[in-house]
Parts: sequence; C-alpha cells; structure tokens
Amino acid sequence: MSEKIVEIVDKIDTSQVFTELSDAHSGGICVFVGTVREFTQNEKVMSLEFEAYQKMALKEMDKIASDAKEKWKLNKVIIRHAVGLKKVEAPVVVVGASSAHRDACFEACRYLIDTLKETVPIWKKELFENKTVWVSAHP
Amino acid sequence: MEVLLFGIAKDIVGESLIQFSESEKVPTSVSELKQMISETYPEFGKLSSLAVAVNSEYARDDVPLDRNDEIAIIPPVSGG
Repeated sequence: MSEKIVEIVDKIDTSQVFTELSDAHSGGICVFVGTVREFTQNEKVMSLEFEAYQKMALKEMDKIASDAKEKWKLNKVIIRHAVGLKKVEAPVVVVGASSAHRDACFEACRYLIDTLKETVPIWKKELFENKTVWVSAHP
Repeated sequence: MEVLLFGIAKDIVGESLIQFSESEKVPTSVSELKQMISETYPEFGKLSSLAVAVNSEYARDDVPLDRNDEIAIIPPVSGG
C-alpha cells in the first residue's frame, strides 16, 4: 500500500502525477510543480540547465521521501526531478503526496520541495543572453 | 584517486574529474582534500559552501579517504 516514486528524468509529464498518487485510502492529493521562470531579478532567462550527481541525488531523494513518510501518515509519495536544458514554463520538478486527510499531504509536500532544495545534489545554471550563472554558487 | 566534479566545480577545474596519481600527494581526509583543491583552485574559496561526498553520502571533514572510494566535490546545490 505504502509507495514511493523517486526518479530523475529527461522530461517531466505533469499529467501522470494524479494517477501515480491516486489511492483508495486517500482523501487528498497535494502536488507541487517547479517550473522555469522567465525573469530573475529583472534579467531575462533564456533557459535553465540542470545537472545531477545521479547516484547520490537518487539516494538523497529517497531519504527525503522516507523521512516524509515517517513524519506524516502518507499513502504515496513522489519526487521526480528533470535534468538537461529546460525552456521557460517547462516543469523541472514534481513532488507530491497522498493521504487520508489533507493536512498531512499539504505539510509533506512543502517538506519534500524545501528539503530537496537543501540537500539533493542537483545544480541549476541560468542561461541569459550574454552570460551563464550557476545558481546559489556564490554568496 | 579520482574526484568527481559537478556544476561550478567542473567549470572551475575545467575537467569533470581530478586525478591524483600514486606518485603525488594524495589527500587522506575530506578536510585535506578541501584544503588541497582550494590551494590549487582558489575559486573554490569564493563559493557559498563546499561539501564532499564519499561513496555518494555527505561526508564530514574528519572522514578518511581511501583510493577505492567514490569521491565527489559538492558545490552549493540548486535543484528545484
């Protein structure tokens, strides 16, 4: 019954996630989709490029999914991140959870994305017209 | 000994891995590795943080390094 999906993919299909989290014991499904925003501090972003240390990233994502299942009563959990070049509006990360009642999946969903951003070895490069910047690399 | 590089670390070094041959000084701990690469490539000192993974787990400074370990430099992560 208890299920985890942890993946790194080239392209995210956001239409899958409802079916993947759907569960007879769940009365709520909460999903967060991270996407490519066109402007960063008034500068126009052409695209984002994501790179992962795949083996370790999957391990860390699995830990986050397991921790979430320990903290909240969840039926299904998903963490899926994309790598490669992504254009404006493209989905780059999907996290979500299903639970009997909505509080658990809302809280878990925020935990999943916030922790992913802190610990998972994935790097994002912003490609502007005239330069590229590794996000968060410098203070 | 090989050290994997990702993100900005790859750009700083200009390669996707650093190789320490048996004939040269090889780092014996995480802290020694950090010190050695920061001396060779001062740009590492300008990053917001610098972590090392040993066998795909975050490793503290006192963790010893073996030449058969899978070692990676983890610059500030920015997924999501």
